[in-house]
Amino acid sequence: MKFLFDKNTWQEIFGSIGKNKTRTIITVIGVLWGIFIYIALAGASKGLDNGFERNFETVAKNSLFAWSQRTSIPYAGYKIGRSISLKVGDAEKLRNSVPDIEYIAPVNTIGVFGGEGAQVVNNLKSNNYPIYGYFPEIAKMATQKIFDNGRFINEEDMNLQRKVVVIGERTQQELFEEDEDPIGQYIRIDGVYFKVIGVAKFSQTTPFGTDGDIIMPYATFRKLYNTGDRAQYFTIAAYDDADVVQVEKDVKRVLKRIHQIHPDDERAIGSFNLGEAFGRIMGFAKGITFLSLIVGLATILAGVIGIGNILLISVKERTKELGIRRALGATPGEVRSLIILESVFLTLLAGIIGIILGAGVLNLINNLTKDNSDFPYTNPTVPIPLVIGALLVMVVLGTLIGLIPAQRAVSIKPIDALREE
Amino acid sequence: MIEIKDLHKSYQMGSNSLHVLKGIDFNVEAGELVAIMGSSGSGKSTLLNILGMLDVADSGEYLLDGLPIKNLNETKAANYRNKFLGFIFQSFNLINYKTALENVALPLYYQGVGRKERQEKALKYLEQVGLKEWSHHLPSELSGGQKQRVAVARAMAAEPKVLLADELTGALDSTTSYEIMDLIQKINDLGNTILVVTHEDDIAHMCKRIVHLKDGVIVEDKKIEQVRASQYVQ
Repeated sequence: MKFLFDKNTWQEIFGSIGKNKTRTIITVIGVLWGIFIYIALAGASKGLDNGFERNFETVAKNSLFAWSQRTSIPYAGYKIGRSISLKVGDAEKLRNSVPDIEYIAPVNTIGVFGGEGAQVVNNLKSNNYPIYGYFPEIAKMATQKIFDNGRFINEEDMNLQRKVVVIGERTQQELFEEDEDPIGQYIRIDGVYFKVIGVAKFSQTTPFGTDGDIIMPYATFRKLYNTGDRAQYFTIAAYDDADVVQVEKDVKRVLKRIHQIHPDDERAIGSFNLGEAFGRIMGFAKGITFLSLIVGLATILAGVIGIGNILLISVKERTKELGIRRALGATPGEVRSLIILESVFLTLLAGIIGIILGAGVLNLINNLTKDNSDFPYTNPTVPIPLVIGALLVMVVLGTLIGLIPAQRAVSIKPIDALREE
Repeated sequence: MIEIKDLHKSYQMGSNSLHVLKGIDFNVEAGELVAIMGSSGSGKSTLLNILGMLDVADSGEYLLDGLPIKNLNETKAANYRNKFLGFIFQSFNLINYKTALENVALPLYYQGVGRKERQEKALKYLEQVGLKEWSHHLPSELSGGQKQRVAVARAMAAEPKVLLADELTGALDSTTSYEIMDLIQKINDLGNTILVVTHEDDIAHMCKRIVHLKDGVIVEDKKIEQVRASQYVQ
């Protein structure tokens, strides 16, 4: 070990490396490229990973939607094709029978699944927009970002059946003047005046949401559109550690039992499992991460083999020099260490430069994509353990590959090396 | 200093065995300057290689300053070479990317001498061969004679028991050869034991003793009146 920290050792190494600068540089570029690819790929896939995470960050990752359709199997005396309508009370029953449900909220809408939205008027401007009747709990499943000064609907709005709405970004642009503050203003929805309490920043929290959506308390919606205790669909969030696919099955099973639907009827209850879709996308991202790791490591390996190759040539060229060193008293161990250290040093040098360059490029890409929120790419980083792991791999590979030329160097007898040709 | 008894060495050349040294008996006292002469194929270089522990004999005894030299592994041989022997080669064998000073300091590096002491010692020996001003030049910037002087300084630097020179003037013109021999004689005057392998008569006569090898045996071993090289050097 003392050998490693000896200044003289390093002078010897720099001496022989510096002897052929062009070759050293080209060799270094081989490994540098490898580690650069590794860092860039690992960072990019992490960025993609983060980007997907960000796109889903406003949604509970274990959420699913369930709605009713028409039956496709006759059951319990009912004919085929019976139209099912879910009830608000189903929520409580579901919560009781499926313990993995963390939140559940019934939703009613108009203008979302076909049909015209409600006509909304502010002074002389008017347009049609989809209307949602939400329970305040929705906020726990799908975070609604409300612009400054505004708020989301709350329990009191619900209990008092207040005529308040949260409008979308586009709704604000289309119904209000640019310098007009919509908060506190009244707009007319299907003939009834509502107070605007917030403007929601658009994010895709449901598969069907738009930036024009208008949200009002569920109770107000019921009164306005006379929906009784009907619920168009349920938004359900399972606990983080729950198996969301199983929850989906359980929810459907319970709903079928409540509404007397044949257990094998696949059509009567529709559902969309966001958690599963999310899991699939994250799985895809993980696959990319894994792939980039493999490609990166393979590239590093190729680079390190290049170093071994060059050192082998270098040893052949330096046969005479190594012979002189042996004649002057260099032991085989010293010659071997010299070559191996050269290999490791070159590998590490290349590795560190490659890491710095890779980080630079990642930073550049990050700056270029920062303002583009549609592109699923955020904060590309390479975890430190991966970087340290790569460096370790390089030291190990550098040593192993250095062993070949080192052994070659030692096997040359000084007398052969010095023989006059 | 050197005692050799019944030394044999043969080389395997395909199916033939080439008997190069056929029983050499040979002693060198401390402070001697010995020329080993012989035509090519006489076995003089082989003898020098065995003396220099670069090659091993098939049979026979070799004592260096009372130390038996046999069954050495590579590491041990390297250490002995480093401590006991200094080499001077026909083609100088300097490391071309190291300055004269670094070349001279190299044996000291392998002795584990500290950097500063190494530099001082190397400079001292360079001064002794008259190349102090050239210490920071690369071998490619030196003339043949200067290179051989650096090689002599390098051989001296480790303060070995014996200096072994293999055709040290072979690549030099006669004027330069005499200059180098003058240097060798001066080093010998200081009490160093030196063996010179040569096939040149005039160089051999500048030593104190000539050993003639022919077909692997010593045919003649005589002390001579030394010709001083300084008379040829201005």
